[in-house]
Amino acid sequence: MSDCHGCAGCSVASAARPARAGTRPHVVAIIGPPNSGKSTLFNRLTGLRQKVANFPGVTVEQRVGRAKTKGDREIMLVDLPGVYSLNPRSEDEQVTRDVLAGEMAGIPKPDAVLLILDCTNLARHLVLAAPILALKLPTLVILNMADDLASRGGKVDTAELAGELGAPVALISAAKGDGVEKVFQFMEGTAAGTTSLTVPKVELPVLQDIPRCRQWAQQVGSGAAYQAPAPPLWTRRLDGLFLHPVAGLVIFAAVVAGVFQTIFSLAKPIMDGLQSLVEISGQWIQNVMPPSVFRSLLVDGVWHGVGSVIVFLPQILLLFLFIGILEDSGYLARAALIADRTMAKFGLQGKSFIPLLSAYACAVPAIMATRTIESKRDRLATILIAPLMTCSARLPVYTLIIAAFIPEHRLLGPLLGTQAGALLALYILGFAAAIITAKVLKSSVLKSERTPFVLEMPPYRMPTLRSLGIRLYDRSKIFLHRAGTVILVVAVVLWVLLHLPLHNGKAPDIGESFAGMIGHAAEPVIKPLGFNWKIGIGLISSIAAREVIVGTLGTIYAVEGSEDSAGLRHALQHELSPGGAVALLIFFAFAMQCMSTVAVVRRETGGWKWPAVQFAYMTFLAYVCALITNEVVGSGVLKVMARL
Amino acid sequence: MRPAKSDRMMQLSVNKDLSAARNAAFSPKTLAQLPQGVSGILDRLDLPEDVARRLMELGFLPGQVIVPARSAPGGEPRVYRVDGSEVALRRETAARLILRSAARDAGRTRKS
Repeated sequence: MSDCHGCAGCSVASAARPARAGTRPHVVAIIGPPNSGKSTLFNRLTGLRQKVANFPGVTVEQRVGRAKTKGDREIMLVDLPGVYSLNPRSEDEQVTRDVLAGEMAGIPKPDAVLLILDCTNLARHLVLAAPILALKLPTLVILNMADDLASRGGKVDTAELAGELGAPVALISAAKGDGVEKVFQFMEGTAAGTTSLTVPKVELPVLQDIPRCRQWAQQVGSGAAYQAPAPPLWTRRLDGLFLHPVAGLVIFAAVVAGVFQTIFSLAKPIMDGLQSLVEISGQWIQNVMPPSVFRSLLVDGVWHGVGSVIVFLPQILLLFLFIGILEDSGYLARAALIADRTMAKFGLQGKSFIPLLSAYACAVPAIMATRTIESKRDRLATILIAPLMTCSARLPVYTLIIAAFIPEHRLLGPLLGTQAGALLALYILGFAAAIITAKVLKSSVLKSERTPFVLEMPPYRMPTLRSLGIRLYDRSKIFLHRAGTVILVVAVVLWVLLHLPLHNGKAPDIGESFAGMIGHAAEPVIKPLGFNWKIGIGLISSIAAREVIVGTLGTIYAVEGSEDSAGLRHALQHELSPGGAVALLIFFAFAMQCMSTVAVVRRETGGWKWPAVQFAYMTFLAYVCALITNEVVGSGVLKVMARL
Repeated sequence: MRPAKSDRMMQLSVNKDLSAARNAAFSPKTLAQLPQGVSGILDRLDLPEDVARRLMELGFLPGQVIVPARSAPGGEPRVYRVDGSEVALRRETAARLILRSAARDAGRTRKS
């Protein structure tokens, strides 16, 4: 440790620290092969929330967080994407190389490195140690998954390994938190500048020669008495089931159907509870406050506008919970494997399946996750089709319209009802539109050679409550933040537009308000789709974000004064014909009403060209399909009524 | 459509002799021809430099023992056990991974 001259010295040091931190923080990078537990360790060290997943290549951006050591030193931690070597081939590996070389804008060159390796597969993972140790930065070699190694009968002598490598070695379990204090001790030492480099016993190999590196790793491993653990029997047994020619497909289908049914049935009581809470509290405010413009703004604008969106939080969290379980358990990699043949038919590959599946939650992280795809053209095609996947923001719109227009019957016994079935059909519709678009793109503007599909299968792991909890906490924060900003602003602006211009000091009828005028102006364009001017106001407001339409309609009908327990649903049944209702579903399935997605596509493709093309294409598709739907369903309903 | 159980038993029953005998009988030249559960030794990677490097980083190095494991329903892609991990490849890629001849690898096959 550093020379400490009593408390006086320490207080001087800590007083001097803020100034030093301002100029140059102590930077520590976490690096390791995909799926070695980098993000789990990062969460342990920083407490900063970030995405962890049991799938190679999920951490696509470098993440930065702050950790405090026992000695109260602040450390800037950088979590890097997983790499097998420092030869950059995909964007992920480029990011890692740039950060380590100090060439990444905004991130200073790391002062120390935490090299994290999966010790159940040490001999192969040690290959990455060669190029990292060659950087001559203070490095702690972390052997993660110590619990797995022990339970499967593997062994390693950490003291010997440290000698062989010339770097300290810590055996830990990041998921359980065992041994993490050794990591803090190391960072304390490097921050104090007391860690000195030692010379490795085994000379480093030529880095470009992979067979030599592998031999070197073997030599180091046997020098440290490394005994590989027994094969992961459970993973093999589960693969026998999940990749079974028949059972595998049945399970795949059952998982998907089960997720949708649960989202609907399990979330319903919670959502109903929230709904009545919003109404009761709104009523209460109405009663305690004297009648005024402000009360109207608060109750009709803010409360109904924001409240009608917040009600959908449980459903969105359930969806994220399921996707989280699939990712963390390792099943998602198997799903990519099962999907590869189908994806190949549409010119894509299994790796595209992962971003597309997470696009069911949200297109923004999905588009960022495409960075793991090495082929530029495959990546662009995946970015362009990702927003067609049914993201969670569509869920409130779908749920509302389905609940209002589709009666609940049993479809497949207790497993699937008509309402969940309709929802599932919409999800399939989005997926079909996405892959057909991919096929068109890949056989025209984005034509390319087939790129090889190479995917490491992680062992199955039990998802931890901690990791799932962090996901849900994160998602709630993002959702509530949106409800508190975008949706709140739209609700307030809408309320103002609904109450102006004043007629003799009184608010006008909705039809004569500014919002009404906008709706009426849009009506000729949307009338063929079966939408009236009120739906038009909703459509225009939802260009910011899809779920806003629910809030907008909530505000409109609250202002109109149609308030009962299922107010919005009842009002919609009056506003929309069955043809218009289905057309509205179809419109939302295809239209790109999400400013966040437009922004992230612009960033990832480096210009306005692709987001513009995408927006135009999706709007066109939405309009035409909604038009056809309204015609077909409308005439179909008339025929049925004529027959009765 | 074999039930999963007998399939596992077949994998477990593969030992050096059986694998050598099978290799001699079929004499598979590439990884794509190797039956499930039968080990082979990689001789070389007949692939473009960047793809070959990626595969080598994942453990597909000349001299390594590779065992084909489960495939996705439909037979493709297949998972291969190599150097302590499992990696999925399409058949078109596996067909470019050339194996050592059976006579040579009979003596070298080791437990994987």
